[in-house]
Amino acid sequence: MSDLTRRTAAQLVDALATGEVTSVELTQAHLDRIAAVDGTADAGIHAFLHVDAEGALAQAAASDERRAAGRVAHALDGVPIAVKDVLTTTGLPTTCGSKILEGWVPPYDATVVARVKAAGLPILGKTNMDEFAMGSSTEHSAYGPTRNPWDLDRIPGGSGGGSAAAVASFQAPLALGTDTGGSIRQPGAVTGTVGVKPTYGGVSRYGLVALANSLDQVGPVTRTVLDSALLHELVGGHDPLDSTSIDRPVGGLVEAARQGATGDLTGLKVGIISELAGDGWQPGVMTRFAESVALLEQAGAEVVEVSCPSFVHAMAAYYLILPAEASSNLAKFDAMRYGLRVLPEGVDAPSAEQVMRASRDVGFGDEVKRRIIIGTYALSSGYYDAYYGQAQKVRTLISRDFAAAYEKVDVLVSPTAPTTAFRLGEKLDDPLAMYLNDLATIPANLAGVPGISVPAGLADEDGLPVGFQVLAPALADDRVYRVGAALEALLEEKWGGALLTQAPELDGAAR
Amino acid sequence: MSTTELKTFEEALESFDPAMGLEVHVELSTLTKMFCGCPTEFGAEPNTQVCPTCLGLPGAMPAVNAKAVEAAIRIGLALNCEIAEWCRFARKNYFYPDMPKNFQTSQYDEPIAFEGYMDVTVPVEGGEDEIVRVAIERAHMEEDTGKSLHVGGATGRIHGADHSLVDYNRAGIPLIEIVTKPITGMGEKAPAVARAYVAQLRELIIALGVSDARMDQGSIRADVNLSLAPKGAGGLGTRSETKNVNSLRSVERAVRYEMQRHAAVLSSGGSVLQETRHWHEDTGITTSGREKSDAEDYRYFPEPDLVPVAPSREWVEELRATLPENPTVKRARLQAEWGFSDLEMRDTVGAGAFGLVEQTIAAGATPTAARKWWLSELARRANEAGVEITALAVTPAEVAAVQGLVDAGTINDKMARQVFDGLLAGEGTPEEIVASRGLALVSDDGALGAAVDNAIAANPDVAQKIRDGKVAAAGALIGSVMKEMRGQADAGRVRELILEKLA
Repeated sequence: MSDLTRRTAAQLVDALATGEVTSVELTQAHLDRIAAVDGTADAGIHAFLHVDAEGALAQAAASDERRAAGRVAHALDGVPIAVKDVLTTTGLPTTCGSKILEGWVPPYDATVVARVKAAGLPILGKTNMDEFAMGSSTEHSAYGPTRNPWDLDRIPGGSGGGSAAAVASFQAPLALGTDTGGSIRQPGAVTGTVGVKPTYGGVSRYGLVALANSLDQVGPVTRTVLDSALLHELVGGHDPLDSTSIDRPVGGLVEAARQGATGDLTGLKVGIISELAGDGWQPGVMTRFAESVALLEQAGAEVVEVSCPSFVHAMAAYYLILPAEASSNLAKFDAMRYGLRVLPEGVDAPSAEQVMRASRDVGFGDEVKRRIIIGTYALSSGYYDAYYGQAQKVRTLISRDFAAAYEKVDVLVSPTAPTTAFRLGEKLDDPLAMYLNDLATIPANLAGVPGISVPAGLADEDGLPVGFQVLAPALADDRVYRVGAALEALLEEKWGGALLTQAPELDGAAR
Repeated sequence: MSTTELKTFEEALESFDPAMGLEVHVELSTLTKMFCGCPTEFGAEPNTQVCPTCLGLPGAMPAVNAKAVEAAIRIGLALNCEIAEWCRFARKNYFYPDMPKNFQTSQYDEPIAFEGYMDVTVPVEGGEDEIVRVAIERAHMEEDTGKSLHVGGATGRIHGADHSLVDYNRAGIPLIEIVTKPITGMGEKAPAVARAYVAQLRELIIALGVSDARMDQGSIRADVNLSLAPKGAGGLGTRSETKNVNSLRSVERAVRYEMQRHAAVLSSGGSVLQETRHWHEDTGITTSGREKSDAEDYRYFPEPDLVPVAPSREWVEELRATLPENPTVKRARLQAEWGFSDLEMRDTVGAGAFGLVEQTIAAGATPTAARKWWLSELARRANEAGVEITALAVTPAEVAAVQGLVDAGTINDKMARQVFDGLLAGEGTPEEIVASRGLALVSDDGALGAAVDNAIAANPDVAQKIRDGKVAAAGALIGSVMKEMRGQADAGRVRELILEKLA
């Protein structure tokens, strides 16, 4: 294995700056790694749905030219990145893990993609995901599941399992993900990587194919807290094309991560959310969580327990709001303008409606159909108040719980997910069991507050990664970086290196 | 149902009270669309004014056009509405191929403007105008859909078509939908009230400068809701909604037709279907469209991609302070100033020439002259050319200049018509046309004298009659002189010369 793929983005920034490596060299190293371990839908990690070797190398060459000419576009100029397939990319297919968008090449870049390109980061390819980001295992991808680098029989989390697995298996130093109910943080937890869901409105959603507009947020997927901060600062900030984006500069995140890495949290008040523990929480997860909390205390933080009573309703509210918005968002996939078009069998001169119906029947998977039906029902006249309206009220209560909690503490913490990675297929036939994976991550989306998941070690019973979640008030994203970096530093000191150094070697996994 | 089954209008009124609700869609003339930066120009090549947002491409997002919000507020203020301090857009979900997202971004229970009214001047046959206050329920912002073109069918409708084409240029153009409360108690005046309301609303929109307000191009479209209730019973019957009624005359006819149709259905013991109906301009009837029962469910919910619109009170007051004079008030003021009768004013407004007459008077013509030229000569030409009178290539200043030439005795009315020919043909200014076409009147006695002598010589009988004192016979000789002079003689001077020579 090439040493280059083992380095963090921050280390690669330095290596490029000193001239130790060129962008072409390190882009090629990652492409080689992809070729070696990513495999296909049938074997290997299968993190990527589409690899753009040619495009990435061309971007890398352009980056090297810029550097030679002294016109570096950004600190991360030349560091390759992987992009979740839910973000539009000109010239690269964007399928959202769905058959209905098979072969669709968008004519425009998502704002975050445009920012990544403008900063000179070569785009390695598009990563796998649950269809339209609906799922917690990436098994709902129409193109086959992604596998967890820690155990190829296990799920890498979802919906952004592709981005997390790509980063965890050293196929990319950086990736972009999206988080609607935990799709960045939960894959981060089960793959031993770092993932951040920024404050709602902190990163542009323009070009993010919406799952649930009021919950979705783009964020970084990396191996270190500092790398996430670097990428977050690059893609964040106001975008006039997204009117929900916050009109103020993003900043102070890298600084917060560096400061946190000193391991000093004196004066910080940390609240443990009492509702996010108990039955159904894997003992190994709780053990690692408790250890991490103890480390925060040792670092000078004051730790208290905080109750957020409305969180018990978060899951129910989420599974009304999300399908409601999704059912409307997905209506545009009607075979009229782009994407899959299926003609109904045995019908001469089918009507537009018949074509729409046949295309949607074939183009959407079961989980997508399930949520379209739920959402359509929840929005229907006579049911709106009882379901969608009620769910919005719960959302307000959850925001109030957060507000009350943040009067007492600076950050809230919990395990990111109740369990470690489960086996492929284990929960595929039990949607409710699948939904429970996002129990701890959903409240942050409902309230629009930022959250991070950092690796907290391996569960004793199965040796699989556990994630530690830090949540902060809206616009206080810097706090999750500070606390996340502190915990990361303290744990790595204990482990004698990054958690991923303990992951199994994958060379030849693709074969 | 064929027209033969209708009740007469009078029969309908004998047994029923009509109630109307008018929904008028105004396409704003903003430079860009409601939620994206695409241009809005009418008549461009299909699908050239589109982008990811108005095509509904995956991932694209809307952003509100502030100019459209401003126009909506100004319309609301002009309609005496309250302006929401905080309101949201909502998604109206339904599938249709010319709807790029399969939902329309509209407003639902939080319109930008609500609870207003308009005092409508309703012309009464042979009497003075009557003022009717029409209550406005709401005015809200939304986006237009694309436009379907059904190819291959006989009717241009979807049934029987080989295939359909969709032009998304119109998709996302800002619309303001203005909805009245039920208009009741109008009886036989109902059709006229409907027409007057739409006409006056159109004037208001033009005065505000927020739309071209061209009904023929669909930049104003009216939907007519109508129901009948048994006479004196109160309450509202089941309504029909006649869509896209695209001229003022049709608004009146559609109300009248639906009253007659409903009356026929109800009188025969049937019940009116709550449905959408199509208006047929050519035959003047409506036919059933898709059934619109209460079962139709648009599943409205707040648009999560847009932040609420919260116009500051300062801004609203600023917009209120800069509203143009209300056209109705202005019309009453100018009618008094100009000395027009109700009928003359009605004709002027009805011809769409109010603004033109106003500007012509401002350019120096008398009110009578301004009205005469626009309503007779120029209205006819616009009609012949099949264009709106405002689209004629003649300006109010030019009309005033032509009248000035008549007043100065340089040309007569007949020549003035030729000057208008020249103006429409782009031959230059009125003065240049008079010169280039050689239109100036001949009042030179030398030239005229010779022509008079010729006329006398050619018509000895007539000349004798005049000599005998039958002065009225001079007309025949004047005609002869005018013919020789190709109309360019000063008729008054010709008459004087004839009478002198035959005294």
